[in-house]
Amino acid sequence: MSDFSEELIRSKTEDDQEESCVLSGTGMYFPWLQKHIDTVETGGKKEKDFAQTTSACLNRIQEALLKHQWPQAAGYMHSYFQILEDSDSHKRQAAPEIIWKLGSEILFYHPKSNMETFNTFADRMKNMGVMNYLKISLQHALYLLHHGMLEDANRNLSRAETWRYGEKSSSQEVLINLVQAYKGLLQYYTWSKKKMELSNLDEDDYAYNTASQTMLNHSWKTSVNLGALIQTPGVWDPFVKSYVEILYQIVPSHKLMLEFHRLLRKSEKKDHHKLGLEVLFGVLDFAGCTKNITAWKYLAKYLRQTLMGNHLAWVQEEWNSRKTWWPSFHFSSFWAKSDWKEDKALACEKALVAGILLGKGCRYFRYICKQDHPVLRKKIRRIRKSVKKHSIVNPGL
Amino acid sequence: MVNVCKCQKEFKERCTQCAAVSWGLTDEGKYYCTSCHNVTERSKEVINTGAIPNTKIQAINRGLKRKRKLERGWDWYVCEGFQHILYQQAEALKTLGVGPELKNEVLHNFWKRYLQKSKQAYCKNPVCRRKVTVLEDNQSHSDWESEPELLSDFSCPSFVESGTESQPDGLAQKPFPISKASQSETASICSGSLDGVEYSLRKEKGIVKMTVPRTLAFCYLSLLWQRETVTLSDLLRFVEEGHIPYINAFQHFPEEMKLYGRDKGIFAIESWPTYEDIYKKMIEMAKFLDLPRFPEITEDCYLHPNILCMKYLMEVNLPDEMNDLTCQVVKMTGVGEVDFLTFDPIAKMAKTVKYDVQAVAVIVVVLKLLFLLDDNLEWSLSNTAEKYNENNKEDKPWFDFRKWYQVMKKSIDEKKQEWEEARAKYLWKSEKPLYHSSIDRAVAFKRREMVVDLQKQFSTLVDSTPTVGRKKPSSFQFNWAEGDVARTCFHGHSLQGILKNKGQSLTTKNSLYWLSTQKFCRRFSDFIKRKRKGRSPGQ
Repeated sequence: MSDFSEELIRSKTEDDQEESCVLSGTGMYFPWLQKHIDTVETGGKKEKDFAQTTSACLNRIQEALLKHQWPQAAGYMHSYFQILEDSDSHKRQAAPEIIWKLGSEILFYHPKSNMETFNTFADRMKNMGVMNYLKISLQHALYLLHHGMLEDANRNLSRAETWRYGEKSSSQEVLINLVQAYKGLLQYYTWSKKKMELSNLDEDDYAYNTASQTMLNHSWKTSVNLGALIQTPGVWDPFVKSYVEILYQIVPSHKLMLEFHRLLRKSEKKDHHKLGLEVLFGVLDFAGCTKNITAWKYLAKYLRQTLMGNHLAWVQEEWNSRKTWWPSFHFSSFWAKSDWKEDKALACEKALVAGILLGKGCRYFRYICKQDHPVLRKKIRRIRKSVKKHSIVNPGL
Repeated sequence: MVNVCKCQKEFKERCTQCAAVSWGLTDEGKYYCTSCHNVTERSKEVINTGAIPNTKIQAINRGLKRKRKLERGWDWYVCEGFQHILYQQAEALKTLGVGPELKNEVLHNFWKRYLQKSKQAYCKNPVCRRKVTVLEDNQSHSDWESEPELLSDFSCPSFVESGTESQPDGLAQKPFPISKASQSETASICSGSLDGVEYSLRKEKGIVKMTVPRTLAFCYLSLLWQRETVTLSDLLRFVEEGHIPYINAFQHFPEEMKLYGRDKGIFAIESWPTYEDIYKKMIEMAKFLDLPRFPEITEDCYLHPNILCMKYLMEVNLPDEMNDLTCQVVKMTGVGEVDFLTFDPIAKMAKTVKYDVQAVAVIVVVLKLLFLLDDNLEWSLSNTAEKYNENNKEDKPWFDFRKWYQVMKKSIDEKKQEWEEARAKYLWKSEKPLYHSSIDRAVAFKRREMVVDLQKQFSTLVDSTPTVGRKKPSSFQFNWAEGDVARTCFHGHSLQGILKNKGQSLTTKNSLYWLSTQKFCRRFSDFIKRKRKGRSPGQ
């Protein structure tokens, strides 16, 4: 500043007509100041022109992508690659990911590009630096999936699955899990397709057995993959659904079924609600779950819900295949006494279900209602009311 | 011509045995008579412009203990690298039309002077050698102790075109380092040059250390000395357009001059030269070299504001009639005086005029005199001109500022776009990768390979429309032609609409200059008054 003011003063003293002079404008113009302000970020060092080139280039790539100008984007990309040789190690290390994202986008849409180009590019980028392998493999697989190349995607994921790099592996665990998840998902998809094919086959068809066998094997493989995966904390919902669906087919009594039911219940789709009921009945078909109070609680609640929702048909459908053997399986007088002795809460829930399904005349229900219990009196009264309202034996009565 | 101190002496004694005057150098650097092979005890001091033949150098080097190097090649010093760059630049300037004396004489002499002043050559006990003796194993080099060692004048490549002996096809000849600088044994600190590491650490008070930007300072000093028709902004523009080697100039070093390690920091540039920076460096170098007053810039010189203004007026498409006014302004302000314009490094306030900037400033002043440029008068004058031109289509058109602005702005915007695009796409890295040490050498090569592969892949996806090749160098960035309908040329337009008769001469219709949007601050004017009277404010 001192230089400036000195100059100003000097010129004034040389000027004889200072009285007639006027200063112009309000502000003073310091074009050079902006450059110094810009160096605050870099700690006083002026940004090299190399860095300016690469950042200007990046802007232009992004702009071209937004405008769908693929050849122009490719042209700028050509220049941008030099960032891989940047002397600034931060920029150099961040480069492969940026290049992958932009490059894959260009190669995806560019009219002259094809699968081969994309694959070459992906393979190159994967091997650039250790830390990018998994991420890019994953995205590459998704790209292949998008194009319907399921087998290639599967191969890709299988290769990625086995990637390890010493101590760096632990930081990449999340990605490895994702890789496994998608692989599992692919397997689920193939399994699902096989199931569909199977359902089209006649049971007597000679191919049925082999088909069902392979399907079963496949199911196990998949379920193992996904099962291991779900152990890791995280939000795996889409994968869980596939997993559980497979499991429901092969192990309906799995305790996950309750979780599954909950998910289905929460869903907005009607199909899911119906399936939710099926699942619940499915769980209680098995001896191991007869005493599962949660399952009975759910069933009790859900039956009421379903009937209130006017889906009597669903309930009837489920009950039809079970009405011959459930009463003696679950609701015999022996069970009534035994349950009441062991777990009164359980007995109450079962009583409600029994009442709904078998009517108020059924033995189980009658036995529980007769019981007098200081705490549960109210509950029993409620159960009575519910049964009266909802029982399918005498609807409306 | 510059009076370079000639420390050079030729060995002209007669041989004691055969009385002939015909000397050669032994492997140890002692003079021997070529006719009778009598070896003297006289060692070579300073040699003159004759280069030492390559074979001799190799013979000399053979005896040396060679330190482990990452790449086989010649031994070379950093300043030789700079010399090579200057050579390339001089050649380029010659191609651009600059006279050959610049290369052969002016630049060459400036450089020799620099080497002398920085004690790298042409003097007793040059730096390279000096730093070495302390560390070297005396035993193997006892012969050299007494020698005031030095480098030849690196006629490697020779600046002088004619009259040199042994210059095998002008290619770089290996000038010898008859001694070698010590290098760190650790693999991590190394350099292709012999003194790269030491050079980058060197911090001598009072010595201006050579850098790549300073090569342009040398170029400009030479251009100024020769009063060539190249301004500093022209020079920098040629550099950016690729007509003068700068960014990766080291790529053109001879194959055997291997560059790596610390050399990278010295020779690999990643920024464009800026005007202010080169300007300052030029003055600094002139002072360091102790140069005398430069040849005078007179009225017929290109760099004289009269001529430069004419050039720029043409270039920015302003009427020729404005020339008259620019000359008048130059006269009134005294910026056309020989003493004002001529560069004198030893003057008390050594400065040189920024010829290009000043000429443009004069033009701006003239525009202000004509149009005031208060965002008002210039447009109303344009309206007048436009009206006149509509009604007088046959006559010489009056200069219409608004139209000119529109035409010029469009051209400038286009140019700016091209420039920004070129900068965004510029490829900085050299084809052969530079690496820091043996550790990252493989990585550097691998990276380069990757980049080249990727570039190849994507180049097939780029638009097939052929991009404009490297522009042909031109002094003019804009060209205007009369009769071009698409781009109006204003050279022949008349200033009649904005001048009026005042007696015998013409003067501007506008009589104001300063923008009177605010009143002059009273306090400030008092402050000035007091300063003039020599009293401090407040008294």
